[in-house]
Amino acid sequence: MDGQLVSSHPLRRASGNLARRAVGDRVFQWLTLVMAVSVFVLIILIGYELAHGSHLALRKFGWRFLTSSNWDPVNEQYGALPFIFGTLVSSGLALAIAVPLSIATAVYLTEIAPHWLRQVLTLFIELLAAVPSVILGFWGMYIMVPFLSANVFPHLQKLLGFLPLFRGPSYGPCMLSGGIILAIMVVPIITSVSREILRSVPGLQREAAFALGATRWEVTRIAVLSYAKKGLFGAVILGLGRALGETMAVTMVIGNTPQIGASLLSPGYTMASAIANEFTEATTDVYLSALFELGLVLLGVTVLVNALAQLLLKTFAGRSVKPQN
Amino acid sequence: MPMTTEPKDPRPPARLSPPLPAPASEQGPAAPGLSTPAVSAQELSIFFGSNHVLKRVSLDIPARAVTAIIGPSGCGKSTFLRSLNRMHELVPTARMEGRILLFGQDIYARDVEPVLVRRRVGMVFQKSNPFPTMSIADNATVGLRLNGMRNRSVLAERMEQSLVMAALWDEVKDRLGAPAVSLSGGQQQRLCIARALAVQPEVLLMDEPASALDPLATAKIEDLILELQKDYTIIIVTHNMQQAARISDNTAFFYLGELVEYGPTSKIFTSPAKKQTEDYVTGRFG
Amino acid sequence: MQPARHHWRKFKNASMQAVTCLCALLVVVPLGLIFYHVLKSGFSSVNWAFFTQLPKPVGEAGGGMANAIGGTFELLGLAALLGVPLGVLGGVFLSEYGSLRLNWTVRFAADVLNGVPSIIWGMVVYALVVVPMKGFSAWAGGIVLGMMMVPLIMRTTEEVLLLVPNGYREAALALGIAQWRTVLQIVIRTALKGIITGILLALARVAGETAPLLFTAFGNRFWNHHLSDPIAAVPRQIFDYAISPYEDWHRQAWAGALVLLLFVAIVNVSVRVLTRDRFAKRS
Repeated sequence: MDGQLVSSHPLRRASGNLARRAVGDRVFQWLTLVMAVSVFVLIILIGYELAHGSHLALRKFGWRFLTSSNWDPVNEQYGALPFIFGTLVSSGLALAIAVPLSIATAVYLTEIAPHWLRQVLTLFIELLAAVPSVILGFWGMYIMVPFLSANVFPHLQKLLGFLPLFRGPSYGPCMLSGGIILAIMVVPIITSVSREILRSVPGLQREAAFALGATRWEVTRIAVLSYAKKGLFGAVILGLGRALGETMAVTMVIGNTPQIGASLLSPGYTMASAIANEFTEATTDVYLSALFELGLVLLGVTVLVNALAQLLLKTFAGRSVKPQN
Repeated sequence: MPMTTEPKDPRPPARLSPPLPAPASEQGPAAPGLSTPAVSAQELSIFFGSNHVLKRVSLDIPARAVTAIIGPSGCGKSTFLRSLNRMHELVPTARMEGRILLFGQDIYARDVEPVLVRRRVGMVFQKSNPFPTMSIADNATVGLRLNGMRNRSVLAERMEQSLVMAALWDEVKDRLGAPAVSLSGGQQQRLCIARALAVQPEVLLMDEPASALDPLATAKIEDLILELQKDYTIIIVTHNMQQAARISDNTAFFYLGELVEYGPTSKIFTSPAKKQTEDYVTGRFG
Repeated sequence: MQPARHHWRKFKNASMQAVTCLCALLVVVPLGLIFYHVLKSGFSSVNWAFFTQLPKPVGEAGGGMANAIGGTFELLGLAALLGVPLGVLGGVFLSEYGSLRLNWTVRFAADVLNGVPSIIWGMVVYALVVVPMKGFSAWAGGIVLGMMMVPLIMRTTEEVLLLVPNGYREAALALGIAQWRTVLQIVIRTALKGIITGILLALARVAGETAPLLFTAFGNRFWNHHLSDPIAAVPRQIFDYAISPYEDWHRQAWAGALVLLLFVAIVNVSVRVLTRDRFAKRS
């Protein structure tokens, strides 16, 4: 009497539906694993293709590639220094303009702004981040640059012309224009990441400062900003990574002249712009390979900077911030 | 067939073939003998990593009765409950020793699928969790549908049956297509019970099913349990001792991972054998 | 505390509040300017011809960007074929399966990929697809955009899936439903809105990309009839027209910019509105 149940309903694996199900679990898990691993495949592909493509130029030029400023496709001389210089200077300018603005905005949004204004401003900043780079460049080229070159640059030269930074002939499309356009592109990401960082500062810190009788600004400065220093630095580095790799908007306003000069008002050329402009014109293998090597340098710098940013952000907030938009 | 007005199905709980479109006949053999416990734990120990959560618990739970598991928080009662349908295995570092028999069959034997165990042993959780993207009707039949049952008439039949058994049918019969989340808290919990019943388990585990509900809804759940007890084996974890006293036939008292005492509810609450039990039920700690 | 010092602190507090407010408003000014100018210059040029006609030969006035608009949609479709399965299923893996260490590495790799400049993607796919195929093609364009979408979609999908309360997974498993069905038909279904949101945002993002298309899809002044031929795309067309010396082309570039900008803005705004609804309902 007792044993009847035992035989009638085996819990053991049965054929048919049950076996199918166990297979279903395994197949699905394996499928998602393969899809996830594709990111590794992509990274390897990128690294491999760039290394492979730049092989020729690497062998031919060696370190001279990075130190020579003679970029002369006609005579097959490729020195990338002007582009490296251009990239660094334009990105540096962008940060110089964007960082104070972004962090101040982030502070305003998290600590000071009334609730309704917060949402509206956040929406606008996210929209700015979503503007395609070519549209920004187009606007920059036909609206911003003429305006600056007519109304701002002459004054800059008059006031600050004694500085080597503003000496010499001034052009509309110049390093400063490139820096400004990059700043506009980079502000949204620094602001939004900084906002998250500031928001994650525990309320206790603020409360303790308030309890000591500090004003709102002092609370922000003492309890929030200094606590969040590391995270904010990470946000800035993230913005730098974005600026380094930006192509279209910069190409349209920076003048695209490979030269190294002190004046911010003279044209420049970034690595990304050079690749964009010259890739389809590269007639020889060496030329193409030199551009690939330029890409390799750009990739190396960008990846390192981004990795540093992620590291800073992860160790600060204990979670990673994905660079959206 | 006037089945719709019947509050419960008079068939015995030993539904032995899986509720799939299997050709095997649905009628099982005679009801289990009274001497076969529904669930039998033998020297059960459970570890989460190096944490020894349950210590050599041995316990026989009779069929067609309500057994309550009581004890202070952290005593392992939820872990014990979850080991009965192999849900504790969801924790990656879980490890068990000992045996658990379901109507005499070892549910932890090497070639046993946890999925099949869980279809014979249903579970209702503390926080009601009807699937938010599904209607009331879809929630009730989801266990059947996602296990492959396609026969519309059988699905409709089971849905009505389970909603009736969960004392929810009258309240929802004219809005079966409404989203499940539009129900009140107590109704949602009864829907979860219906959902569990639809797959026709033999044992129903309930982990503090009424602790998030108001007294009125709680009373309805308790009445429901007393009704279900006639056909199902019910094991309920509760921190509410009065509830245990009201609805259970047997009570097990756990403390710090050990089964301290187990016996008929009346005895546990009026003349417990161990002092610890007495201290707990009289409220001296807990 | 001396009153002078107190006044100074109050002044500093008020002025810093004013400064940060000013910065916040300054930051939004470019957005306003861009929208204003794009609307002003593009509005009059967006007409029926713009949407239906092909570009006219150099020097002739008129014509439109029909092929570019069609091209962008084609490229987005191809990109989605590659990016959506890899991204969504990869996100499922990160959220539901895997080990701590493996998942951390995958996430890190996805974040690294998100930081790769778009022009580099273009170079890689050039070497990978254009060279073997001996020519620019819609395939190459779709592949590069799809690859760019993968890490984006993977992270947003993972985020959304992690938000699904564990109670639903447990309830489904307790019913004896297999894990893969639980993930597919319960978890993903619950998070579906968020997953679609992530996909839409990624699509809007790559729709505006020009650099990677420069040497993959390349651009086309006519309709694309075979996927192995070069194909036009709106951002690419805008760029070509913008740097050209022809006034009429500039006008059309503004029109293209308006259409593209509105498309991107509408997707972004509606997505934010939809997700806000979700939160409101939950609380």
